[in-house]
Amino acid sequence: MEQLKTIGRELAMGSQGGFGQSKEFLDLVKSIGEARSKAEEDRIVLSEIETLKRRIVEPDIPRRKMKEYIIRLVYVEMLGHDASFGYIHAVKMTHNDNLLLKRTGYLAVTLFLNEDHDLIILIVNTIQKDLKSDNYLIVCAALNVVCKLINEETIPAVLPQVVELLGHSKEAVRKKAIMALHRFYQKSPSSVSHLVSNFRKRLCDNDPGVMGATLCPLFDLITIDVNSYKDLVVSFVSILKQIAERRLPKSYDYHQMPAPFIQIKLLKILALLGSGDKQASEHMYTVVGDIFRKCDSSSNIGNAVLYECISCVSAIYPNAKLLEAAADVIARFLKSDSHNLKYMGIDALGRLIKLSPEVAEQHQLAVIDCLEDPDDTLKRKTFELLYKMTKSSNVEVIVDRMIDYMININDNHYKTEIASRCVELAEQFAPSNHWFIQTMNRVFEHAGDLVKSKVAHNLMRLIAEGFGEEDDTADSQLRSSAVESYLRIIGEPKLPSLFLQVICWVLGEYGTADGKFSASYVTGKLCDVADAYSNDEIVKSYAVTALMKLFVFEIAAGRKVDILPECQSLIEELSASHSTDLQQRVYELQAIIGLDAHAVECILPSDASCEDIEIDKNLSFLNDYVQQSLEKGAQPYIPESERSGMLDISNFQAKISMKLQLMVLVPEPSYHREVQQAATVPSSSDTGSSEVKLRLDGVQKKWGRPTYSSSAASTSNSSSQNTVYEVTPVDGSSNVNSKAREASYDLKKTQVEISPEKQKLAASLFGGTSKSERRASSTGHKVPKGSSHVLKSTAGSTTDVLVEKTTPVQPPPDLLDLGEPTIKDGPSSVDPFKQLEELLDPTQLGSSANPGIVGSTSAPDIMQLYSDKPASGQSGGFMYPSSSNRSDDNLVSGLANATTDSAHNITAAAHPSQFSKGPNLKDSLEKDALVRQMGVTPSSQNPNLFKDLLG
Amino acid sequence: MGIRFILMVNKQGQTRLAQYYEWLTLEERRALEGEIVRKCLARTEQQCSFVEHRNYKIVYRRYASLFFLVGVDNDENELAILEFIHLLVETMDRHFGNVCELDIMFHLEKAHFMLEEMVMNGCVVETSKSNILAPIQLMDKTS
Repeated sequence: MEQLKTIGRELAMGSQGGFGQSKEFLDLVKSIGEARSKAEEDRIVLSEIETLKRRIVEPDIPRRKMKEYIIRLVYVEMLGHDASFGYIHAVKMTHNDNLLLKRTGYLAVTLFLNEDHDLIILIVNTIQKDLKSDNYLIVCAALNVVCKLINEETIPAVLPQVVELLGHSKEAVRKKAIMALHRFYQKSPSSVSHLVSNFRKRLCDNDPGVMGATLCPLFDLITIDVNSYKDLVVSFVSILKQIAERRLPKSYDYHQMPAPFIQIKLLKILALLGSGDKQASEHMYTVVGDIFRKCDSSSNIGNAVLYECISCVSAIYPNAKLLEAAADVIARFLKSDSHNLKYMGIDALGRLIKLSPEVAEQHQLAVIDCLEDPDDTLKRKTFELLYKMTKSSNVEVIVDRMIDYMININDNHYKTEIASRCVELAEQFAPSNHWFIQTMNRVFEHAGDLVKSKVAHNLMRLIAEGFGEEDDTADSQLRSSAVESYLRIIGEPKLPSLFLQVICWVLGEYGTADGKFSASYVTGKLCDVADAYSNDEIVKSYAVTALMKLFVFEIAAGRKVDILPECQSLIEELSASHSTDLQQRVYELQAIIGLDAHAVECILPSDASCEDIEIDKNLSFLNDYVQQSLEKGAQPYIPESERSGMLDISNFQAKISMKLQLMVLVPEPSYHREVQQAATVPSSSDTGSSEVKLRLDGVQKKWGRPTYSSSAASTSNSSSQNTVYEVTPVDGSSNVNSKAREASYDLKKTQVEISPEKQKLAASLFGGTSKSERRASSTGHKVPKGSSHVLKSTAGSTTDVLVEKTTPVQPPPDLLDLGEPTIKDGPSSVDPFKQLEELLDPTQLGSSANPGIVGSTSAPDIMQLYSDKPASGQSGGFMYPSSSNRSDDNLVSGLANATTDSAHNITAAAHPSQFSKGPNLKDSLEKDALVRQMGVTPSSQNPNLFKDLLG
Repeated sequence: MGIRFILMVNKQGQTRLAQYYEWLTLEERRALEGEIVRKCLARTEQQCSFVEHRNYKIVYRRYASLFFLVGVDNDENELAILEFIHLLVETMDRHFGNVCELDIMFHLEKAHFMLEEMVMNGCVVETSKSNILAPIQLMDKTS
């Protein structure tokens, strides 16, 4: 052992030149690696910046040293500090002829610069030169940079060369050239619109790597324009089939799955192409069914492919058999202990319920488990599912849960999303207006700053309109309860602005309508609001207008208006406000208070916010005034279209005065069209109220009415459902309970008692449909279903048996029969596939006729590299113990960390030769030596640095 | 677009490798890394390997002391990304032999080169380990 370590050290010293890293660099990495805190790391990096600033400008720096400096710059930026002082040196390094240095330089510039950086201009030339290089590795390096740093303007500079490289003899170059073209397409579709046919061509490339890469741009193209690529369905299906049949080189296998990442990409493309297209979908059924059966469901990657199959099946034209297979997989995902699989299961369920809503009911308890899981990710995914399956029968439970959850999250991005979903669901499915208002109050209270203002207008409209029809008492009850709840809420600190606007408006309109609250009480509250939110001018405007309305209603009712002292001081304060809008409102208020009952009633009629207002677009009531002015010698109005470029002053003034009148009368001209019925023509002084009214009218026509008429229509439905639904939980739970007991006796399986609460929740979430109610009443039918609801374990085993059964039952010859025509079809319609098939044929791969390797000029190099491995691998086993001074138990813990991976860790272990051969001996020696040289031993400050990532 | 960024971060929250497939300024990167690392490190091993963050989804996996985090769009197959991470680690393991955090630190550029072979324009373009490593091994030979 000791001897070995000495050898190791010597070896490392000897190879130091090849290792290419100075003591300085090693020290830097060491100190960064051992830094205990961010502050310490920052200190190290800041002193490194000082060192680099000095060193990097020294004359005649050896090339290797320079490379090291560049890497150190990369470190500086990676750790969050500015390294712009060294960018130019990275750019210079790209000019170097040495491949490693050039590539390092290119790497650094892609990390440092964005495509619009000034220094790019210095690189474009080098890129152009390198794209023409004889060394294909240099060409590849240049193409990598093209993908990152070429912007719309520089595309033409490299485009011809990139197109030429699509036909390069090396597959690696073709692959990268395709991706460069893909990048150009992303940046500026028009620049390469004449070249998209190249993507189709490269799909038929001899090399599977190029074909696989080509799927990326094709996916983008098909997403945008499905119809132009329908002809490729047969080709994609044929490729997928060949992959599933393991015709691709073994090196694409991952954990015994043939090219799973390409399979997934293909399934995504098929989902796009088959969506809503029966004919295209029919081509896919066989191959997707095959993959469903062939997939290894014990590995993550197998499940990833299965998930993609479900996504595909639920996107394309439905096929009963495939939907069944998808439902089976979902059942398995949801029953798994792995949270990752549950997550995928919930997501897949959300996709499938669009086609077969009954699937969700089978998994109601699993869904509720996920909903109550402490894992936030899983919870959110489940809310997404619930959102998709909301109906008028379960909207109350779902939205209630959503709001409860929303209240407790800090993440504004998600809060906004979930708040808008709550609003959307409430608007769509609200069982009653009262519930709607209560729900909206909660949403506003907790996420008011995040919801859109149209939601607030919608709420005001609902309160104003109520049910709209015959039931007047219900309407006034609704308003009373709204006023009452708002007067209660208004005192709470820090309410969102939008919510306060709603509150002020409602209190202004209906605060005193039912006589429960006195005007002075309500106005007092409004003054408090204006005081407490003195920075919010919009809220203050709403409050002032509300005050005005309340006073007017008092005057109209013949009562004496007593203005509270705080109200008086507010009015005085605001009459000197910087905001002209506020000032105007206050002056109007003061003017209106002085008028008599009849006048104010005309200005601000009570509860008239829903009345339609007629607007005289021709302003005919001004005719007299205009006539008078003309008689007095004023210039006639010339419409804008008839005016020439020169405006004389009087014309301009006329225009201004007309505009002003327009503004006074019609604050929001865009709503003219939408006002239909005649009503009293408003006098020009009632700006305040007409503004509110007009805005609401627009709102009503745009988005209000359909929502409410629909919700009103649905209330009759849902009330009948509601009565049933209230019964269901009790009924359902007792049923299920007894069923559970029966079943557990029968099957002699232990069964975890499911809490009645959960069952109740399940019933209210899933039991609202007429279907399930029918089921609940007919006991005879329910036995099998009930047991599948409750007895997870039994249900699991039965479905498993089903799966096992179906596999052999599916007659293989039948599939072959189906499969063969596609094989025949494929090559006849798309010739290159025949080539691909031939090239990928395993028998030919076995013989040395693999064109991929033979065609490459540097093949001997690769072969040599590989032949090195077994030789050194022989002593590898001997050397292994020396590396065990990295604590072995740590490795085990590393392994155990990946909870869901046990499957592949086993598979990985099954191929130890794959990972542990070759470089291990040399590397472990080097690492050991390095460690010593630096004076770092695994037991020192940060032993984690030495932990093997893989076991 | 698919993959938006790939990060390697140790359990102290120190960045070991960062590759972005859309441009973010230094400050944005710093903020983003801080936020998601805090989020992911706080999670237990039983919880999902996926976290939503702003408009990304983060798929992460822990190997010994090192976290691999991949930020993806919302319509990406999370399990596949999780396996992509494993493929990346297996590839590094094949190259370095018993790869550890220190290997990545000492050979930062090589880890980047591997990523350059595997991911372009935010898409997974190569999954064959021998194809990924061939150019890197050739480069080692020639220089």
